[in-house]
Amino acid sequence: MHKGKGMKFVGDSRVVAPEARKPMLPKDYSEYPGKTEAFWPNFLLKEWMVGAVFLVGFLCLTVAHPAPLERIADPTDTGYIPLPDWYFLFLYQLLKYTYASGPYTVIGAMIIPGLAFGGLLLAPFLDNGPERRASKRPIATGAMLLALAATVFLTWQSVATHDWAAAERQGKIVEKVDIDKTAEGYQIAKDNTCLTCHGENLQGGAGAPTLIGTGLKPEEIAKIAKEGKGGKMPPGIFKGDDEQLKKLSEFISGLGAK
Amino acid sequence: MLNKIYDWVDERLDITPMWRDIADHEVPEHVNPAHHFSAFVYCFGGLTFFVTVIQILSGMFLTMYYVPDIKNAWESVFYLQNQVAFGQIVRGMHHWGASLVLVMMFLHTLRVFFQGAYKKPRELNWIVGVLIFFVMLGLGFTGYLLPWDMKALFATKVGLQIAEATPFIGSYVKILLSGHETIVGAQTLTRFFAIHVFFLPGVLFGLMAAHFVMIRRQGISGPL
Repeated sequence: MHKGKGMKFVGDSRVVAPEARKPMLPKDYSEYPGKTEAFWPNFLLKEWMVGAVFLVGFLCLTVAHPAPLERIADPTDTGYIPLPDWYFLFLYQLLKYTYASGPYTVIGAMIIPGLAFGGLLLAPFLDNGPERRASKRPIATGAMLLALAATVFLTWQSVATHDWAAAERQGKIVEKVDIDKTAEGYQIAKDNTCLTCHGENLQGGAGAPTLIGTGLKPEEIAKIAKEGKGGKMPPGIFKGDDEQLKKLSEFISGLGAK
Repeated sequence: MLNKIYDWVDERLDITPMWRDIADHEVPEHVNPAHHFSAFVYCFGGLTFFVTVIQILSGMFLTMYYVPDIKNAWESVFYLQNQVAFGQIVRGMHHWGASLVLVMMFLHTLRVFFQGAYKKPRELNWIVGVLIFFVMLGLGFTGYLLPWDMKALFATKVGLQIAEATPFIGSYVKILLSGHETIVGAQTLTRFFAIHVFFLPGVLFGLMAAHFVMIRRQGISGPL
């Protein structure tokens, strides 16, 4: 670039005066090999169309599957089974293995992910040969395929071992109902350890559904209390007499009923 | 008229080189899906940027309703989700966009990796790209807490435990993020909000600018 004496500027700025500027014309398209295309506006228009199609698909997803929202955070609920967002599942699953958890947490939480992500960050310096084709640099390609397979496997394992039904139950937004904790029915529920699984406010938890708004008749509830249900609720939980059973089932049946 | 305005600005600021870098340049044949359909793999980077723009816009609209404190955060999200017109759509876009941006970025990373496009002279741009990847994961992690529902709280507790496992500085990292040695509460929510909305996007914009400047400077990598 021309420097020093004789330079002309626009006023006192550092911008060169138009008459002294070198023409900044782009190279003629014929100087490029193959069938090149102008970015503006030809190629951008095509990109725009790809973007529009993508956006329509994206909006369909948004409409079909509203973003989930569980009930408000309750730090006292110790029975909750946590689950991170899906893109952290591989790490979450890794930390469940014996040599990656407990006294070895450093291995699972730092060393293995550190090596993987460190390798990714420094890939250009680890794989510094001139070859670009994946088949001509088997170590880099193999390491990446291995990491990919491991990530997919760990994510899949995490999904397969998670109890999705319990996850839905434990996070459900339960309509707030004022529960009369002085009621006889509530006391009976407490004495018969119903609350241990179904919660202090009968809101349900990871192991048991909510008892509010069940829509069941008292007789049906009495039957479940005595005989259990679906394998999860064992039979014989209720240990009182018939009169208490009647009060209990009427109490629960009345919760959240309209 | 438009030309006159352009000339008027150009005389003072010499914007022609800028315009040339942004718009007036060649798209080589090997990246153009119109010529080789397999070149659609070159779309992933652009789509990542597209979803990022969606994230920024939908996020700005979400902050019009969202309240970052433990009493109102969940209530405000619930209100947005169920009462506000199109609130469900805006929140849905931000929620699913977070996943999509990671999917697209992952595909873009794989494209660049398997084509060996990160080799000399593009090492620096690869490093910046991987840093963008980390920032996006950080945005995903901090954003997950903000609705303040059950899964948000407990996933964050797990995440903080993992951060705590860092040798030597683990407990400091945890306190820096959560604001307290043991409690994950009001402080944690405001900190995550600040990180999600100010710190990480600031870093992200800087890195993205560097990423794009380097692409324009070096051009796209040649065909294999």
